[in-house]
Amino acid sequence: MSRRLLPSGEAAVLVECDSLEEVLALHDALAADPRPGVIELVPAARTILVAVDPERLPLESAATWVRRVPAEAGSRIAGRTADEVTIPVVYDGDDLHQTAALLGVSTEALAARHQAAEWRVAFIGFAPGFGYLVSDDWPFEVPRLDAPRTRVPAGSVAVAGAFGGVYPRPSPGGWRLIGRTDAALWDPESDPPALLMPGRRVRFEAIGTG
Amino acid sequence: MNRLHVEQPGALALVEDLGRPGFANLGVAASGALDRGALTLANRLVGNADGAAALELLVGGFRARFEGETWFAVTGAWGSVRLDGRAIAPYTAARGRDGAVLEIDLAERGIRYVLAVRGGIDVPAVLGSRSRDTLAGLGPEPIAAAQVLAIGDEPEASVPLLDQEAAFPPPAGAVAIALLPGPRADWFTDAAHANLFETEWRLSEQADRIGARLDGPPLERRIAGELVSEATVPGSIQVAGGGQPTILLADRPVTGGYPVIAVVASASLDAVAQLRPGQPVRFRHA
Repeated sequence: MSRRLLPSGEAAVLVECDSLEEVLALHDALAADPRPGVIELVPAARTILVAVDPERLPLESAATWVRRVPAEAGSRIAGRTADEVTIPVVYDGDDLHQTAALLGVSTEALAARHQAAEWRVAFIGFAPGFGYLVSDDWPFEVPRLDAPRTRVPAGSVAVAGAFGGVYPRPSPGGWRLIGRTDAALWDPESDPPALLMPGRRVRFEAIGTG
Repeated sequence: MNRLHVEQPGALALVEDLGRPGFANLGVAASGALDRGALTLANRLVGNADGAAALELLVGGFRARFEGETWFAVTGAWGSVRLDGRAIAPYTAARGRDGAVLEIDLAERGIRYVLAVRGGIDVPAVLGSRSRDTLAGLGPEPIAAAQVLAIGDEPEASVPLLDQEAAFPPPAGAVAIALLPGPRADWFTDAAHANLFETEWRLSEQADRIGARLDGPPLERRIAGELVSEATVPGSIQVAGGGQPTILLADRPVTGGYPVIAVVASASLDAVAQLRPGQPVRFRHA
């Protein structure tokens, strides 16, 4: 496993890994062995941002910590158990037909694949509670929209790249919309406020086709 | 309990404190006052803790009436501040009597005032902070005309007798901003790096709490591919497809998909918060 450390100002370092699995393994290892002065650990598809209070943890010490932490690959996507959440979906998204056509399948087959896959939340990014879902059962690589929408409605069930996701609240976005849900994805009054916490298993279930 | 009756909020009046760090892994930016030095100074002037919630006033044109006798201080942007029609010195603590009217005119220097009241603005906290995050829609809504804001209990610390810190108004001309290398500096050509430091940039009209876009020559990429989204820090200079740089600020999305060429040094970030559209900016190495 290789880790490249990239500078990101005087209070953070961006750690680049070779794969999402390595990111998640390293993130779990860092989170399990926290150092005082670490303020944020933010995993993404290929990187983890380690943000510190440099008065409590100098950046050089943080870099040494990140370089030395041992990480077992594949710990989260393969193995972690967590409560499964089922998200009810109406498969009538504005991009459903075009996305199915792009992938060379029928709309019914696309919806069936989306439901058959056992998804896991890899990380949260983009917006509060927006979980990036991955699945070994999802065979598609979906191109993003050429021109992102300025407003995607809350509850839109979407796909892009190798990821699935659900928009927690109205926002701009370039993912392809295949359905919608009424599930409450983000509630700052709840603990945790995000329904799709990293590591959680997720299934989608059709409740109609609009 | 003392209260503040906002008669006129101006362009945009937000409650901000020092933000909510520690939730980026849930997709939540730290947010908080853009000019953190101005917030801290205003709070210290009235004897508050540094991170007490205050009002961040964009441009000015603000008018409010005090209910109960209240100390207050206005910092950040520089302009005419009047209490019952009489000018008061900027960056000092003043006492508003019950019923006194505070007017903050359009800023002459800088663009964001901070108005702190002794006891802080008392609104419910969300994830440990009273800050409005304009992108995520977290925290208290922007202040509306005729809104009444509760003021918290007086802190134990007294109002300092003398103003403790020298404070200077934001500059009117070109502003120098110190930069550190960004994570994707190697995605840009040598010419782009030279341009970044040699150009006199100007703040565009597209500038808010999420990001401040700069006008100038496009910064050329050496690596043309797509960057998968990665987390950014406040002050990251992200370069979009067209080559225009944007300084990401407190309310930015936690992850972004454009390469970051450089990062504004934290000591220069408050100066970015006070830039006015069209104002010239020069970058230097930190």
